[in-house]
Amino acid sequence: MSHDAAHSKPVMSPMTVIAGIILIVGLFVTVRRFTGGLAATTNLSDYTPWGLWIGFDLLVGVALAAGGFVTSAAVYIFGMKKFHSAVRPAILTGFLGYALVVFALHYDVGRPWRLPYPFLVQSGTTSILFEVGACVALYLTVLLIEFTPAPLEWLGFKKARNIVVKLTLALTILGVILSTLHQSSLGALFLIAPSKLHPLWYSGYIPIYFFVSAIIAGLSMVIFEGSLTHKHFADKMDEAHLKEKEDVVLGFGKAASFVLAGYFVIKIIGLAVDNEWRYLATGYGAWYLVELLGFIALPCFLYAVGVREKNLNLIQWTSGLAVLGIVVNRLNISLIAFNYHLPADERYFPHWMEFAISIFIVTLGVLVFRFVVTRMPVLYEHPDYEAH
Amino acid sequence: MESDFYTLHDFMVYTKGVVYYLIIAILIGFLGFWSFLTARDDD
Repeated sequence: MSHDAAHSKPVMSPMTVIAGIILIVGLFVTVRRFTGGLAATTNLSDYTPWGLWIGFDLLVGVALAAGGFVTSAAVYIFGMKKFHSAVRPAILTGFLGYALVVFALHYDVGRPWRLPYPFLVQSGTTSILFEVGACVALYLTVLLIEFTPAPLEWLGFKKARNIVVKLTLALTILGVILSTLHQSSLGALFLIAPSKLHPLWYSGYIPIYFFVSAIIAGLSMVIFEGSLTHKHFADKMDEAHLKEKEDVVLGFGKAASFVLAGYFVIKIIGLAVDNEWRYLATGYGAWYLVELLGFIALPCFLYAVGVREKNLNLIQWTSGLAVLGIVVNRLNISLIAFNYHLPADERYFPHWMEFAISIFIVTLGVLVFRFVVTRMPVLYEHPDYEAH
Repeated sequence: MESDFYTLHDFMVYTKGVVYYLIIAILIGFLGFWSFLTARDDD
């Protein structure tokens, strides 16, 4: 780099400044949360003990991290090797997603140091929440092991890397089992609240809705995250990653369109089984139709058109819409349609510090992702190792 | 509409009937959707 070039490069880009401000505010709120407690930083109440940190950081975080198990299952169980280049970024996104879910949980629970209690002191095996906790803890471990080949290649630990690579299929199967269990159980948590959750969102099928929509979230996140990494980290990618991009976008777009069609259908069947049609003519019904038509039917159709026309741009934009749809769905179930019968002044609206922590955690995830992909062989094959 | 149901049996007969009709429509709809999605696969 010439002397002039070094001088012309800005020391801090606007994005760095914004990230820095978010981190400083996040650290301030963190101190406030752990010194002043939940009351000092949240609007949680006995009516709404689960707020934004559960609705967004946990429910959305877990759903959007489903790309790890979806991609590794496609490649290692169903043998779709043409998607191999998408596995490591998807596993990294999944691992960071789950790690940040557990991190965020420390803010939300009253006594975070007691998080290991369900496993050590009282197992509470009949609780769905215990099952979710156990699955998330196990799956986070599985994702950590699945991701270790990248740092081991980076550090040059050949023997250890080869041992972990031999576990790939077993870890993938374990990942699919654990994901099926806890993605659906997160929905099953709401089965206990038929009088609190609006009838349009409440259904005996809610565990199935959560699982199927998590597959959509996983597929869409792989496309969405892939389009961002191709834009910002193209220089880190090898030939195979750049060449397989089209296959990944078209293949995952087609799968997402198909699963969205299935999801739309089971949502309609859910309405018919409980005979909830009359609520569609209410205010909540209008919002439900926005979710059903705008965030399920529309992305389903746009994905299908994109796949037919081989329009990668359309598929990538649609993945953003589908991801937004998952966010809307999880927030509807946990916050907007929850406690719908309460008078307006009793309803929960998150404190600004709750928003600050959620943004802080997403920013942390992006920064760690950036740190890892600029150093480790995630977007390229390490020249000293064969692809597995 | 719910005032029309006096027993659980009435309710189940009605809702199951609606679901059966829906399933027939969905199965036919899926055939159309699948051919729309995959029509240009071999291009």
